[in-house]
Amino acid sequence: MWDHEIRAMASAHAIIAASVFMATVLPAAAVQGFSVYGTHLLWLYSVSGAVTAVSVAVFWLLGITPPTKKHTVGYKLSRLFRSCLYFFLSCLFFHTVVVLYGAPLIESALETFSLSVLLTSLTTLRCLCVLGPNVQAWIRVFSRHGAMSVWDTGLQITVACTLVGAWIGAFPIPLDWDRPWQVWPVSCSLGATIGFLTGLVAAPAWIHSHRKQLTYKCK
Amino acid sequence: MKKLPVLSLLLWVCAVYFVGIYLFVGGFLLVRLEVNRTSTCGDVLQPGEEPADFCRVRPRFRRAVLLIIDALKIDFAWFDPNNTSPRPYENKLPVLEETVTSRPSHSRLYPFRADPPTTTMQRIKGFTTGSLPTFVDVGNNFASSAILEDNLIHQFGQVGKRVVFMGDDTWENLFPKKFHRSLPFPSFNVKDLHTVDNGILQHLYSTMVGEDWDVLVAHFLGVDHCGHRFGPDHPAMADKLTQMDGVIRSVIDRLQNDTLLVVMGDHGMTDTGDHGGESQKETDAAIFLYSPSPLFPGPPTQSEPDVVPQTDLVPTLALLLGVPIPYSSVGQVLLPVFPPHGQTGGAVGGLSQLEALWINAKQVNRFLETYSGMAKDIPPESLSQLKSEFSRLSSDYLATVRDGRPPSPRLAASLQAYLTSVRATCRATWARFNPLKMAAGLAILAFACLTCFIVSELSLVLIRESGPGLKPPVAVAFIAGVCVAVVQIGKQGYVEASWCLAAAALSSELLFLWRARRYRAVPVEKNGSKALKSPSWLTPRRLLIPPLLVPLLRCASLLSDSYVIAEGRAVTFLVFSLALYIPIHLNWDGLLLPPSHDPLKAAGFLPSPALSPSTVRKESGTLLACLGVLVGSLYLSLSFHACREEQGSCQPSPFLSPLARLQDNQLKNLHYVLSVLSLGLWTYLLKRCLRHYGNLNASSGAVFTARWILPLTSVCLALHWAVGATPEDSFRNLSELIGLAQLALPRAAFCLLGLGLFLIWLDPLTVFIKPKATTPTRGQSQTPPRYRASTGISTQAELHHLIPQIYQRMRRSLDDGEQVVGSEVDSSPAVKAYGLGTVYSAPLLLFCGMLGIGLLLLHPEGMALSFLLLLLEMGALLHMHASSTTLRGLHGTFSADFNVPWTPVVLWSLAATQFFHATGHLPTFPSIQWGAAFVGFPDGHTGTVLPASLVTLNTFASHILFSVGCPLLLFWPLVREVRGSRGGRACGDEGEDAVMEMRLRENPQRFTAALLQLATRYLFILGAQVFSSVCAAAILRRHLMVWKVFAPKLMFEASGFLVSSVSLLIGVALVLRVDVAVGGWFKRLIPEASR
Repeated sequence: MWDHEIRAMASAHAIIAASVFMATVLPAAAVQGFSVYGTHLLWLYSVSGAVTAVSVAVFWLLGITPPTKKHTVGYKLSRLFRSCLYFFLSCLFFHTVVVLYGAPLIESALETFSLSVLLTSLTTLRCLCVLGPNVQAWIRVFSRHGAMSVWDTGLQITVACTLVGAWIGAFPIPLDWDRPWQVWPVSCSLGATIGFLTGLVAAPAWIHSHRKQLTYKCK
Repeated sequence: MKKLPVLSLLLWVCAVYFVGIYLFVGGFLLVRLEVNRTSTCGDVLQPGEEPADFCRVRPRFRRAVLLIIDALKIDFAWFDPNNTSPRPYENKLPVLEETVTSRPSHSRLYPFRADPPTTTMQRIKGFTTGSLPTFVDVGNNFASSAILEDNLIHQFGQVGKRVVFMGDDTWENLFPKKFHRSLPFPSFNVKDLHTVDNGILQHLYSTMVGEDWDVLVAHFLGVDHCGHRFGPDHPAMADKLTQMDGVIRSVIDRLQNDTLLVVMGDHGMTDTGDHGGESQKETDAAIFLYSPSPLFPGPPTQSEPDVVPQTDLVPTLALLLGVPIPYSSVGQVLLPVFPPHGQTGGAVGGLSQLEALWINAKQVNRFLETYSGMAKDIPPESLSQLKSEFSRLSSDYLATVRDGRPPSPRLAASLQAYLTSVRATCRATWARFNPLKMAAGLAILAFACLTCFIVSELSLVLIRESGPGLKPPVAVAFIAGVCVAVVQIGKQGYVEASWCLAAAALSSELLFLWRARRYRAVPVEKNGSKALKSPSWLTPRRLLIPPLLVPLLRCASLLSDSYVIAEGRAVTFLVFSLALYIPIHLNWDGLLLPPSHDPLKAAGFLPSPALSPSTVRKESGTLLACLGVLVGSLYLSLSFHACREEQGSCQPSPFLSPLARLQDNQLKNLHYVLSVLSLGLWTYLLKRCLRHYGNLNASSGAVFTARWILPLTSVCLALHWAVGATPEDSFRNLSELIGLAQLALPRAAFCLLGLGLFLIWLDPLTVFIKPKATTPTRGQSQTPPRYRASTGISTQAELHHLIPQIYQRMRRSLDDGEQVVGSEVDSSPAVKAYGLGTVYSAPLLLFCGMLGIGLLLLHPEGMALSFLLLLLEMGALLHMHASSTTLRGLHGTFSADFNVPWTPVVLWSLAATQFFHATGHLPTFPSIQWGAAFVGFPDGHTGTVLPASLVTLNTFASHILFSVGCPLLLFWPLVREVRGSRGGRACGDEGEDAVMEMRLRENPQRFTAALLQLATRYLFILGAQVFSSVCAAAILRRHLMVWKVFAPKLMFEASGFLVSSVSLLIGVALVLRVDVAVGGWFKRLIPEASR
């Protein structure tokens, strides 16, 4: 039914996944002593930066973003500004949630905030790209009948996978195995990234297998 | 409403659970048989040809003084001269170090390692019998605490030594009538630092000077009590240790040449002053040996032991004093106190090292033979190995003695190795289980969980009495139990109650399950509409939903020691996750936001919403606000946790220590004010809630409780805290008054509490009726009653119509913020009823509130904050549940059933565990707050029932509160319904009746079914947790951490389940009691109204 869109989504997801991969490999080649565990924050920023840049570029090129009503420069600027603001607010929101989940409040605030930046770039950024800076639409998209296009369904799946991945990533922290990936926030950010990658693969696959059942109301 | 089926079903389910737990625990907790033989002087222990009487030989020492300083940790005994700024417990016993350095051949100081459990009674048992303890010491009889095994005190008595005892009265219970003279002092009151010690000091020196004794045992308790009360790091500890230093000096001065002095601790203490566990801080005590005549061959050498195990004291003391080694001792003589071969004789007399070892090895071998004859639990291969080792050693030894050769040092070393290996074998063996009982317990528990789940799914069918009844399973259970008993009598000659119970429980469960399974297919054939309800339980799609996934995770987490250690945080994590799931799931179903400009609705994709957008917005707001409160209290509750010893970098909450321990006065005042504020807020919130729903107008017992007894109890509590926090030194002239207040205030609070709970039970109705002539109308005109009770029908039918009518009026008058119910029945004088809408929940809430204050009394003062958080969290959970129910529209229609979904029940049960931790408890034995036993009884108790129940109430406070309050989950959506409809629907919309909890009376069958379902769901969640910790204990029974983590967790989980289920039954019974009262009230109302 939407073979074209599914193919577009699959290729977009492949590019994003490749960017995550490159963000891990390239610094390892370029920077001395780079490793996912050892210099975790660096890896984290590199992945968030890469995902942010590539997603924005890919979605802009594909033209998924809802058409703006006005075409003035001022409106576009304010939209950009609001997007940045939402991005930052979402970082703060994730930070709060993670702290409430039991992360240390003061001790490793930088690590916690970096994790929330990663989560934001994996989830909120996609919302921004697909739906624009509109919180109402974000909330509405996460309901059974809220998806209005293939891209919305893909958004649902990737965001859910990322968050569940981060949630599951917290499980090994109390274990007494003394592994480097149990250090806060390594397991959570790894879980989020793996969840995100799973989501990237799962979204086109799921939509493809359910394309008969899916019905979307046109915008 | 049928009361009996609900209660009997719940009782049956609980009983089955209890049987499962009982069986498993019986098979899991280790058993060691006590050998009831005693060593005698005639035992051929001496080497050589002549069977000499062992006791005739002149012993090395004629007399001994045993100074036992309870909890004398090895750290207290070391002396470090370079330490310039010692902590309060450091360098306070210089006498030991001075003696050891100045008279090296007269004295030694060793670390003295106890076997866990490091409690005083177990330790006294350990260092008098020389045996190893099992997890819970299972003796031949539970009735008497006296030691029946052979022990040192008994042996001293056998050879006619006069044992004089003074100090801790535990000894008097363990060795009744064994002492020549005994001066016991009460030991139970841990707040009392001086009674026991001063009592000993009054008599110690005078006794020592006299000649009326051979062995003097003095057990000082001050150090231990000081640790319990203040912790080791407190100036009081320094005073106490300095006092002990003086005592040891004076005793040393008074010693005679033929006397041995042993100064020892029975166990150590943790950094908080507690003990009982098996960390090195708790097990490593100190032992100091001294004699005015040379005791050791020379100054300390390389071969000195690093650590002396506690059991080794028994053979050493026995041989030094010339008594036989107690029969079941597995200790090893302390070699340095015996001279090497060839240096014996002379004036000293006594045994050489090799002789001592030989006697010891023979005694241990004899015990091993006797024990392996009695019990088959020592593995045969290690037994035969030990036996062959012993026979080899004995031929070696006898050959050496016969030839008169100087013995090789190798022989002594292998004798020592033999003794060590016996000890190791015994230690390994006495960690044995009864796998059959464990398996039976596991099976019964598993089926009990399944039964509980099925009962909860079939509750409606069960209540309608068309389903599988309870009578056949109970009958079968009885028959099976009797059959097993008869078979046992026939085969064994005695009845083992546990197997009868097991057969009964298992057979009744299986019969019930079989009948339920057969029943499952019936409604499909009979009634098509019911087919949706019953047959689809137990499909994976229905089971793998997040509200059941979370308990699954919780159960899985009990299988890992890391998660048990971090349980407090893990449970908080899960509660938070599930709480977040509620709004997310609502949003997924599109119910969180009002479908205002939804294009789908117009297109017909969605059914038109049952609730207006403003209601939805309001309810969502409430939901999110409550989520905020919940999350806030969850986060704050993390700061009240205590610390396990396994958690390295963890600071226990400052609120956990009682106010009396705080030294900073300003901090003390701040804590006190905070506690009193939270107590006041607790009381205020309760009264506020009751007043809001108009429950404080009647003149019943419950209302009296709410109005007077509740505030009065709080005042008592606040005063009690104030009195408890006053330092002992200030107000010396008022000390008697303070003592009186410490006694009277908590007792008064207990009495008030008991009275309040009794009154609530006796007269639970909080409804106030007032006939009145004219109905004041506010703004609205009186609409004629819609339901007219016609005169021709019976009272019962009239009743059915009357209730909605009352509620129409009530809702109208709600707009005034005052709950007035006006009703005109056949133009008779109107009836005004206040608070009918919350007639069920109000007494329950009040009951919980009163109970909470009572339980708070048993906690340290700082926990008032945590209890306030508990109340807030309870309220937030209830409101969230109510809002989500409203949003889902479950109660929007008249005929809906009142089922409580899984999510709130799971949250409720997890919150109980969460607050178990947040009230400073931990599933470990040292963390039990023993102080609770002394609230209101500062001088200790005579019995054990009262202190045990006080400590139980303290430990499981949150379990009790949440279980009693569990039925509130059923009522709250109904209570909240009025407000929802008031805000949402137009005021004139009289077609919808907001009858709050009276709905339940309109449909008693569904009410009963929902109550049963709620209770069984709660029991299922709790039971699943017990089952999982039982599984953990069974699977990991050889795990390194089993006695440290899993076994205590199992005990706490099982006792928590016991307490919870009893409290749940109380809560359900209270609801049923209210129902009876409401029924009676209506009976009275109808004739009055229709007259």
